Amino acid sequence: MSVKSIFISGVGGQGTILAGKVITTALVNQGYDVKMSEVHGMAQRGGSVITQIRYGDRVYSPLIEKGGADVLLAFEKLEAVRYIEYLSSEGTLIVNDLEMPPASVLTGKEEYPPDIVPRLKSEIKNTIVVDAVSIARECGEVRAQNMVLVGVLARVMDWSKQSFIKVIKDVVPARYVQLNINAFERGWELGG
Amino acid sequence: MKKVFLTGNEAIARGAYEYGVTFASAYPGTPSTEILENIAKYSEIYSEWAPNEKVALEATAGASMAGARAIVSMKHVGLNVAADPLFTLAYTGVNGGLVIVSADDPGMHSSQNEQDNRNFAPFAKIPMLEPSDSQEAKDLVGEALKISEMFDTPVLFRTTTRVSHSRSVVQIGERQEAGIKPYVKNPEKFSMIPGFARKRRLILKERLKALEEYSEKFPYNRVEWGKSYDVGIITSGISYQYVKEVFGDEVSVLKLTMTFPLPKKMIAAFVEQVKEVYVVEELDPYLENQIRAMGLKVRGKELIPEIGELSAEILREALKGDKVTPAFKPYTSVPPRPPVLCPGCPHRGVFYVLKKMKAVVTSDIGCYSLGVLPPLESIDSILCMGASISMGHGFKKACEINGKDATVVTVIGDSTFLHSGITSLMDAVYNRSNTINIIVDNCITAMTGHQHHPGTGYNIKEEPAAAVSLEAVCRAIGVENVLVVDSYDLKAVEDAVKKALEYKEGPSVIIARRVCALLKGKGPKGLYSISEEKCRKCRMCLRLGCPAIQVRGDGIFINPISCVGCSVCVQVCPFGAIEKAGDE
Repeated sequence: MSVKSIFISGVGGQGTILAGKVITTALVNQGYDVKMSEVHGMAQRGGSVITQIRYGDRVYSPLIEKGGADVLLAFEKLEAVRYIEYLSSEGTLIVNDLEMPPASVLTGKEEYPPDIVPRLKSEIKNTIVVDAVSIARECGEVRAQNMVLVGVLARVMDWSKQSFIKVIKDVVPARYVQLNINAFERGWELGG
Repeated sequence: MKKVFLTGNEAIARGAYEYGVTFASAYPGTPSTEILENIAKYSEIYSEWAPNEKVALEATAGASMAGARAIVSMKHVGLNVAADPLFTLAYTGVNGGLVIVSADDPGMHSSQNEQDNRNFAPFAKIPMLEPSDSQEAKDLVGEALKISEMFDTPVLFRTTTRVSHSRSVVQIGERQEAGIKPYVKNPEKFSMIPGFARKRRLILKERLKALEEYSEKFPYNRVEWGKSYDVGIITSGISYQYVKEVFGDEVSVLKLTMTFPLPKKMIAAFVEQVKEVYVVEELDPYLENQIRAMGLKVRGKELIPEIGELSAEILREALKGDKVTPAFKPYTSVPPRPPVLCPGCPHRGVFYVLKKMKAVVTSDIGCYSLGVLPPLESIDSILCMGASISMGHGFKKACEINGKDATVVTVIGDSTFLHSGITSLMDAVYNRSNTINIIVDNCITAMTGHQHHPGTGYNIKEEPAAAVSLEAVCRAIGVENVLVVDSYDLKAVEDAVKKALEYKEGPSVIIARRVCALLKGKGPKGLYSISEEKCRKCRMCLRLGCPAIQVRGDGIFINPISCVGCSVCVQVCPFGAIEKAGDE
């Protein structure tokens, strides 16, 4: 199998690292060669964060090239625009319909770009917009938004649903397992 | 054989476990921190956080001298701190295997410079290994320990961010106990007075010769012949992965893993068999310069950047002329999202007070470095661990001797103060500086992800430990004016600074204490909101740069999800418009 690339972008603290862990554990369990690169340290303090995942028969570089991502999974709208160059021409954009203004916008020095979603939709034919925050809230906890988005991604990539549910049981603390499975399944429904 | 999915750092820890290490030490620093954090999970290995990298290396050297296999890890700039023992350890050699991990940060994801620590190997005259993925990271710990014991030398183990923080599949094995080697007193080997050191210097030269022969046969230095002999690429570390990504087996590759001493015969033979040779390496022309010095014709940095990280994309463009044109481009300018001080961060109020004072502020390495960015913009300088206090001292003295007046405030964190701020403060006391030195004490090493240090009262295993008292240390080294305040109490912080300004008998220390807001269960509790009625839109609260306070349209709001209830904004609002809205 040729190498597939998933580019995840978000804001430090949104749970992108746990999302990456669940996705890659499931892929490793399915026997793929997998590489993942993530950013630690200073950038995690509310900064823009990315996780890059590549899998296939044999993977060399842990980094995705511009125009090389099969999916860009953006946990926040501005972080979708920031990394849009990484999406391949036939790739799918999954974007969380969430606005988290950066410091310069919070203090009124810059404007949060308006109309992000309609513009992305008009440019990229495979765009899936997900209100992961509302869905996660319905599941009982806003922080489960990451698992909603992982559910959408898993369906888009045609991954085995059961293998993800097994991984969630393995890596998520016991009392949050059902919440995360519910969130994952809600996302799965949206990805179809 | 079991397969697991590990970061390079987790793999190094696994290697330490499998190959019989029994002693490990480190000072946290990105991208090296998780090495010791993961080693600490193995009960077979004694592990400890040291106050700084020099101490960590010296303790590890002692463990090795006693006969134990030992490993020490640090970020690239940490090796500068540990350079003093490093260069002489090369002379003494080891007893139990000794591995020194240097995790470099090309591109400066979380560092103040991007020095290429491969240069330390020839400088200190010690062998070096460079893994290019997690499997190698694990396996090479075993090779490094073997080389260390076989040649009686410390071994430099050099990784980079993309090796340390990338995950890949690793086949793991069982632990092989190495036990402890007998220790025999041997001052001519371990006590470096000039007479003994001169003899060891000759041994060092012979050792390097033997290591060079070993490098020729070292199986991880290998040629991967491609379909063509027209192009050959010499590479090491993460760059190897980018080369394979771009060229696959189109070209022939000499993958170097022991990158000091270099296998010169192997390199010369490779260069002879291919038509054109490129050296692909991140940062400095480290390999290239040595290969050129052998009289061989290669191309490298004339084509490949020496600044920042490499990637497959950069190589594709530099060596194949293929420029990627992405299908999609951002349709608008995207506001940057730099890291910020967290909601409830205790450092925020201190910088807010300092900004009002218009003092010269020399600062240090830690979360509080973010006080340099808008809107706080309170910091004049950040250089290296511990420099705040000593630079402030020098600045103040230079002004005084030249008849200039300056208010100089230094800002340093608790972990950084214990790392290398104490000697600086001694300088200020001993040489009578009138600086104001603020220790922003959040009771943890925060930036690297909450590691304990000698002041927290716990060790790496979360067991209770002796706690250094910052105020007692300051008083003991001769600071008479020591003030302790709550970082969340802006008036108390301001009053303390005013008091310190009046004090002219030497340096003052203000310990601004409040636990890191991200520490589970220890941060503040509560929620505040802005009364639309009382708010006059003066925007004073926005000067704090708290991510929870947001402008939306005409109004200013507090985001209830982000607010942790530190109440600092309440104290800056001149109209009393910020009110308590909850207890959680």
